[in-house]
Amino acid sequence: MNLSMKWLNEFVPVDMEPRAFSEAMTMSGSKVEGWELEGAEIDNVVVGKVLSIEKHPDSDHLVICQVDVGNGDPLQIVTGASNLTPGDIVPVALDGSKLPGGVAIKKGKLRGVESNGMLCSLGELGLTTHDFPYAIENGIFVLGDDCDRTLGTPICDAIGLNDTKVKFEITSNRPDCFSVIGLAREAAATFQKELTLHTPSVKGGHGSAIGMLDVKVEEPSLCYNYSARIVKNVRVKPSPRWMRERLRAMGVRPINNIVDITNYVMLEYGQPMHAFDLRFIDEAKIRVRLARDGETITTLDGADRTLTSKNLVIADAHKPVAIAGVMGGEYSGIMDDTTTIVFESACFNAPSVRVTARDQGMRTDASSRYEKGLDPNNCLPALERACELVELLDAGDVLDGILTDDHSSKERRRIKLDVDWINRFLDINLSADEMKAILTKLACEFDGDDILVPTFRPDLEHKADIAEEIARFYGYNKIPGTKLTGASEGKYTPEQKFSATVSSTMLALGLSEIMTYSFISSKYYDRILMPENDPLRNSIVISNPLGEDTSIMRTVALPSMMEVLARNYNNRNPSAALFELASEYIPTAPDALPNEKVTLIGGLYGNGADYFTLKGIVEELLDRLSITDYDVEASTKEYSYHPGRCAVLTVNGKRLGVLGEIHPRCAENYGIKERVYSFSLDMDALFSCGQAEKSYHPLPKFPAVTRDLALICDDTIPVLTLEKAIRKGAGTLLEKINLFDVYRGEQIESGKKSVAFSIVLRSPDATLTDDQTNEALKEVMKELEKAGAVLRA
Amino acid sequence: MKQALEAIRSQAAKELAAAENQQSLESLRVKYLGKKGELTSILKQMGKLSPEERPVIGQLANDVRAFIEQDLEKRSAELKAAELEKRLQTETIDVTMPGKRHELGCKHPLSIVLDELKEIFIGMGFEIVEGPEVELDYYNFEALNIPKNHPARDTQDTFYINDNIVLRTQTSPVQIRTMEKKKPPIRVISPGRVYRSDAVDATHSPLFHPIEGLVVDKGITFADLKGTLEVFVKQLYGEDSVVRFRPHHFPFTEPSAELDVQCFNCHGEGCRLCKGEGWIEILGCGMVHPKVLANCDIDPEVYSGFAFGMGLERLVMRRYNIDDLRLFYENDVRFLKQF
Repeated sequence: MNLSMKWLNEFVPVDMEPRAFSEAMTMSGSKVEGWELEGAEIDNVVVGKVLSIEKHPDSDHLVICQVDVGNGDPLQIVTGASNLTPGDIVPVALDGSKLPGGVAIKKGKLRGVESNGMLCSLGELGLTTHDFPYAIENGIFVLGDDCDRTLGTPICDAIGLNDTKVKFEITSNRPDCFSVIGLAREAAATFQKELTLHTPSVKGGHGSAIGMLDVKVEEPSLCYNYSARIVKNVRVKPSPRWMRERLRAMGVRPINNIVDITNYVMLEYGQPMHAFDLRFIDEAKIRVRLARDGETITTLDGADRTLTSKNLVIADAHKPVAIAGVMGGEYSGIMDDTTTIVFESACFNAPSVRVTARDQGMRTDASSRYEKGLDPNNCLPALERACELVELLDAGDVLDGILTDDHSSKERRRIKLDVDWINRFLDINLSADEMKAILTKLACEFDGDDILVPTFRPDLEHKADIAEEIARFYGYNKIPGTKLTGASEGKYTPEQKFSATVSSTMLALGLSEIMTYSFISSKYYDRILMPENDPLRNSIVISNPLGEDTSIMRTVALPSMMEVLARNYNNRNPSAALFELASEYIPTAPDALPNEKVTLIGGLYGNGADYFTLKGIVEELLDRLSITDYDVEASTKEYSYHPGRCAVLTVNGKRLGVLGEIHPRCAENYGIKERVYSFSLDMDALFSCGQAEKSYHPLPKFPAVTRDLALICDDTIPVLTLEKAIRKGAGTLLEKINLFDVYRGEQIESGKKSVAFSIVLRSPDATLTDDQTNEALKEVMKELEKAGAVLRA
Repeated sequence: MKQALEAIRSQAAKELAAAENQQSLESLRVKYLGKKGELTSILKQMGKLSPEERPVIGQLANDVRAFIEQDLEKRSAELKAAELEKRLQTETIDVTMPGKRHELGCKHPLSIVLDELKEIFIGMGFEIVEGPEVELDYYNFEALNIPKNHPARDTQDTFYINDNIVLRTQTSPVQIRTMEKKKPPIRVISPGRVYRSDAVDATHSPLFHPIEGLVVDKGITFADLKGTLEVFVKQLYGEDSVVRFRPHHFPFTEPSAELDVQCFNCHGEGCRLCKGEGWIEILGCGMVHPKVLANCDIDPEVYSGFAFGMGLERLVMRRYNIDDLRLFYENDVRFLKQF
């Protein structure tokens, strides 16, 4: 919201530097986002009078003017304009002057004739014909009677281009501050100045309006007050300079006196106004009612709109003439031949306006005010002000009598002034009188200990709200800062520590952390080759997504990882090794929250990575988490993975996750022409069988025995099966198994392979004897034979 | 015999000095000192000497042995040193060639700063709480004093699953859930991802990471809010940071404030970094609205509290001078590897 400082000063004297003003207003709760001095870009441009005009000897379209700029020494200025006559008062940019847009004016010669400056058009001063309707666009701006025509006066002062515009950010709880009066009240409280409000008075005397229009609110819960006055013999013309100036400073374009008055009152009082032509109100009846489903209206912006029974309208006997609180109808708008108009000032239910504006897809100045909740008791003063301005501007004859249907409450809310509580709550020490002084500035009244809250402050409901008002004007920064007392233990939960361990292990293993969006497209399931009927296709669907690509909540993290790998691949990064602790969202029952689980997903390509690089990473992690008794089983059923290069990890039959090479078709779907590897581990499962904390085992006191075993077995037997057999056979003496060779080919029967392990045995209690070692190896061989392996001859 | 010994001694000394390697030293040792060596064979003739001569010659033989041994050792050390010297010369490498590296993974910049914030708050006695991202409308809005059709809902463009379920627009619902489960004293922060339907551009993302905090106890005051957050900001930005609390509005706190820190660049004068304001907004905060406490069955007449929230992305962007939010979610390794 822009604020004209000139206008503000009409209500409260705050003649000060914009910076100091802004700083103080910001610190009392009305945040200033910036300010602008009108005409700041204009320098050394003054009022001058054209004394004479001669033809330029060498040009058909240039003329030579002698111009008096008030110093008794006429200047010769050459101009191309053709709208001048001697005696015209014009803006003169002197030698060395500056104009908006960084334009600098210097004296020089135009076709051989000396020119000591420039005569300016409106555009050259940064203005338009909206600001000065009597001026022309393509010619020199000839100052009218509404300007200071004293020669030599700086132009900005002469034409009133010298206001300061301050831009406020108004919070949604303070619709009253979307007005000059509202901000003036805040300024008066901030600077401890007197607030001088004006009570409008209307002379009238042109006959009564009563009976000319029948006003009835049919939905009193949606329209608290509907009031109107009638103006006849309307004389539509431009508004005076002072009004145009203020509108401009507030960022509103002047149009004509009637439109300008409605805008002026809206800005001054914060109350939207609407004016319409009485001729077009069928049967002179105004009905504030809900629209009928399918009813239509063409609004002032020329759009045809279909209404629903949720939309409140202002209707005549037969049809809607305005969408309540949003926009008027085109049909009943002010036209050139309008003679009698109705000024409407009404107050509508905020959520109703909000829903209608949203449904109709149009937010207007009016609707954005209404939807924050306006004060019904502001309707009448604003209406009176509008009619007062009509008389002041001689825009028409105001008829006597107000046509109104008022359902609003005049009662002020009561809140007990709990001085002790507020002092304790804020840690300050103010007396009741000091608090009352602050609240009085904000238009609160008192009845004993009760604060009577003004009706334009519906946000004040509770003593905490009062505390805020006290704090704002006492000064937030005068309140001390204290440290929290009381014992409190800050700590991470075991789950949080576990996650941190997982992350740091991934980082140490060379995987970088990524963060991806949790929403994906259902098409992404196709890309990872998820079957049509897979239950994981059932995802949480966003009803109003930004786009197809972000329309469902992922049930698996793999598409997100693949997308990131693909992006890196496309960006020609030769390798990537990445991980994410990714949320997945598994629907439960309709209308119930999904199960949100976290998956540790890793992905890599390039840099010589293969399946065993990936598996090594997973093994290191599981080792770090003290998960040792896991099972690895080849799987051909994981649809996203290479059927011959994929393993499922389980602990006691419970699935931990999956790892493998991504199916070439899946990689191709992502445009990756390299082998891609990925693993996914369920964090809940890891947490339930792992531990982040390590335990200590004493270092061995007795030497170990190492034996190498070269075995022959069927090629199809997984190495893990042999390892398990060794484990079982060696029992507690086993310290370590190390696979050091797998060989197929010459000297080995086809369909068989040679597998070589080195086995480390150790007893914690004594040095192993040969007998003990041999006994253990015998058991190992027994188990290996059961598993289908024999010693290589 | 004496002469013979002297001859052995000088002969040995000569030969040892000429030995070129450990192997020839070894054969010299055998030649002179071995069981069948020259010295031994001389000593074997000791029996032939007179009792007067025997000790003299014996002494001399021992001296010669010691002398040869000493020479051997000396020569051996010399040869070793020479060999090492030679090896060192042949082993010279180009020490400027690149090392064999084990690449470390890099923490995501959002995690780096988040972890730092967590440490600060843990140190101040806070716990870290988490909650669902797909959340009931009640927890995301209504319990936080934002009823349906409240204008504040406009500013938080919400992704809806259905009328009752939304993607949370803030992590405040976690605070409500915490207050429902746990009675005061409460001191928690709730980091996590939240969602708003903002189209993706350099400064907007439909998904981002706020960190919100909540303190509820008997007698918590606005001064506690100020003191706590001042300490936090000084830990984050340094002891000499200047902060101010500026009135603001949030539906779930009253009084509400925004905390600004004086621009590090211009110290309040106003510059490009702070958009001329001299201050940079860091977080929003306020005293928990009594209605919010009551919604959680915490008696606002007995307890009070404060809450605060800040955007992780903005903190990180400011710290590392990152001007495009999208980089965080694109996860290009050339970006990730810089942290």
